[in-house]
Amino acid sequence: MTKMNMLQAINNALDTAMGADERVLCFGEDVGVFGGVFRATSHLQQKYGKARCFNTPLVEQGIIGFANGLAAQGSIPVAEIQFADYIFPAFDQIVNESAKYRYRSGNLFDVGGLTIRAPYGGGIAGGLYHSQSPEAYFAHTPGLKIVVPRNPHQAKGLLLGAIHDPNPTLFFEPKRLYRASVGDVPDEDYRLPLGEAEIIKEGTDVTVLGWGAQLEVIEQAVERAEKDGISCEVIDLRTILPWDVETVANSVFKTGRLVVTHEAPLTGGFAGEIAATIQERCFLYLESPIARVTGMDTPFPLVLEKEHLPNHLKVYEAIRASVEF
Amino acid sequence: MTTTKSKVVYSPVFTDGAEFRIPTFKLLKQDGKLYKSAKAPDLDKEKALRIYRAMITTRILDERMLAAQRQGRLSFYMQCTGEEAAVIGSAAALDDGDMIMAQYREQGALAYRGFSIDEFMNQLFGNELDYGKGRQMPVHYGSKKLNYMTISSPLATQIPQATGYAYGQKMAGEGHCTITYFGEGAASEGDFHAALNMAAVHRVPVIFLCRNNGYAISTPAAEQFAADGVAPRAYGYKMDVIRVDGNDILAMYEATRAARALAVEHNRPVLIEAMSYRLAAHSSSDDPSGYRSKDEEAVWREKDPILRMRLWLESKKWWSEDDEKKLQESMRREVLETMKRAQKRPPPPLESLVTDVYDEVPPMLAEQFEKLKAHIRRYPDEYPKSAEHAKGGA
Repeated sequence: MTKMNMLQAINNALDTAMGADERVLCFGEDVGVFGGVFRATSHLQQKYGKARCFNTPLVEQGIIGFANGLAAQGSIPVAEIQFADYIFPAFDQIVNESAKYRYRSGNLFDVGGLTIRAPYGGGIAGGLYHSQSPEAYFAHTPGLKIVVPRNPHQAKGLLLGAIHDPNPTLFFEPKRLYRASVGDVPDEDYRLPLGEAEIIKEGTDVTVLGWGAQLEVIEQAVERAEKDGISCEVIDLRTILPWDVETVANSVFKTGRLVVTHEAPLTGGFAGEIAATIQERCFLYLESPIARVTGMDTPFPLVLEKEHLPNHLKVYEAIRASVEF
Repeated sequence: MTTTKSKVVYSPVFTDGAEFRIPTFKLLKQDGKLYKSAKAPDLDKEKALRIYRAMITTRILDERMLAAQRQGRLSFYMQCTGEEAAVIGSAAALDDGDMIMAQYREQGALAYRGFSIDEFMNQLFGNELDYGKGRQMPVHYGSKKLNYMTISSPLATQIPQATGYAYGQKMAGEGHCTITYFGEGAASEGDFHAALNMAAVHRVPVIFLCRNNGYAISTPAAEQFAADGVAPRAYGYKMDVIRVDGNDILAMYEATRAARALAVEHNRPVLIEAMSYRLAAHSSSDDPSGYRSKDEEAVWREKDPILRMRLWLESKKWWSEDDEKKLQESMRREVLETMKRAQKRPPPPLESLVTDVYDEVPPMLAEQFEKLKAHIRRYPDEYPKSAEHAKGGA
């Protein structure tokens, strides 16, 4: 065990994967000698050489197109998109190519070795173009896996899980927590399963569900609610696609209430998908409407980001309203 | 940091690059004779005939399948007609272990590699033997065995993938390269520019083969780009480039052979611009009479690449009228027979709806599938093709 922040844990995961298998390559904008703008790939070029860790030209569609080809060839590319906000030039390569390679070829070819890393989310005074949470766009695309870690331990285990998963995976890293979240991380190679939610805390009155940086918000909100005598069950979804319906539904059978929170805007956000599925499964068990606490239906603002974001107070209010419905 | 040392001037001097005129490489004249001072590539009889058979296979397949589409037996088809030399001449210069990432009308390369008429038909009719399990439109072929990447409809997406694939080949040190085909229209997409730039920067063993065939659906090349074709773009990326008469099988073969040597032995990506003409419509859904003249087509019909190859083979005494007749007849018969067989085969099983989305069927999708099966069982007459399959399991 070593105390690490999330960036160190991600760097350690990449180091672990590259050390174990020479087919693993890391590349993207500024990823090489500089180690990435956040330093997630620090020292990897020095350790594994320029052929396995390198800078690409500034061209997201090229990075992912190149990564698709590499993965189809049998390599294990870990491509970095510098900010999730800039993933859209690569949208076609991701949703039409990565996601459909196996299906359209009848399993003759696949890009299962592909992992795409991208820092996402707000809270860093990043304004419109350094704060977005684009997971829902990709969640509409069968064939992709989408993973979001919440702390250093999860980041290493889930990233290694993603790198070794035989499906193309988007790995969205909560950049607000890159240095803020610190914790014990095992030194060895360990892989957390994709597609499984984690029950972080058991409770009986209401289920509170989120992913990534929202878990920190949820924990503060729940602490406050519990002082009011409300028992909360907290779940980290961890994988957005395909998501763990069973764990969430079983929790709601027990608590009868669900609050879902994410940073992305409300309309078309992934909370809507969860709400629809859970009301189908748990209709007769629900004691109150499923609540969504999300970013507003605006572009992400700069100065007023605190007001825009679904913070612990908004989540706390939703928990109260759900229990008192 | 750039290392370019530029001459300094003291008044504004503009250049449009017109001084860089790229020559066109040709060897074979339309009468089957070599140009004066041209030297035929080192091509033995066996390989020359393998190339020629692939050309004839492709031409006959194109004619028959377009007719089948017109008769309503097939939903869609795309012809390679007019571009057989560009496609097959280049493919023949490769090692069979090199990867081919094609756009969509390069069935000639696949025929050359040994894809059987049966295999073509199974894909065209999307039956249970189609490697793609009936998921894609006709002409979206793929073969793992023959190193032919499954075709994808979105235009130009295969180009940066070819750069990535070839980078993996270089890393693996297997001495192979990747060739990717695309039209001059696809070369307008961002993917093209991304791919060439990355390949040049990272010294990737990849051959970019642009079939400049005059039209992107109805848009003529003159409305696609203002420059002298696609080839000059290579200068901007510092990439080796050659322009070739795309209807000249010998020139295409020789240019690609040399390009492969640059790619594999020196890790230099190469752009080949094959100047040709799409004699057929863009696809079976297109009608070129709406945007180009019969006279224009006739000029190009005179430059038929297959006839040119045949005249060369005959001049070498490797081919005769009789050989031609036999090949044409047996090929037509085989195409018709295999078409009938392929059409009769059942569709892929219902399960193929949900397999291969992921490596395993996730729970949510498994549940959707069970619901679908139960639904089909309730309406077996409405879903006759799949009702049998729906009975199995539960």
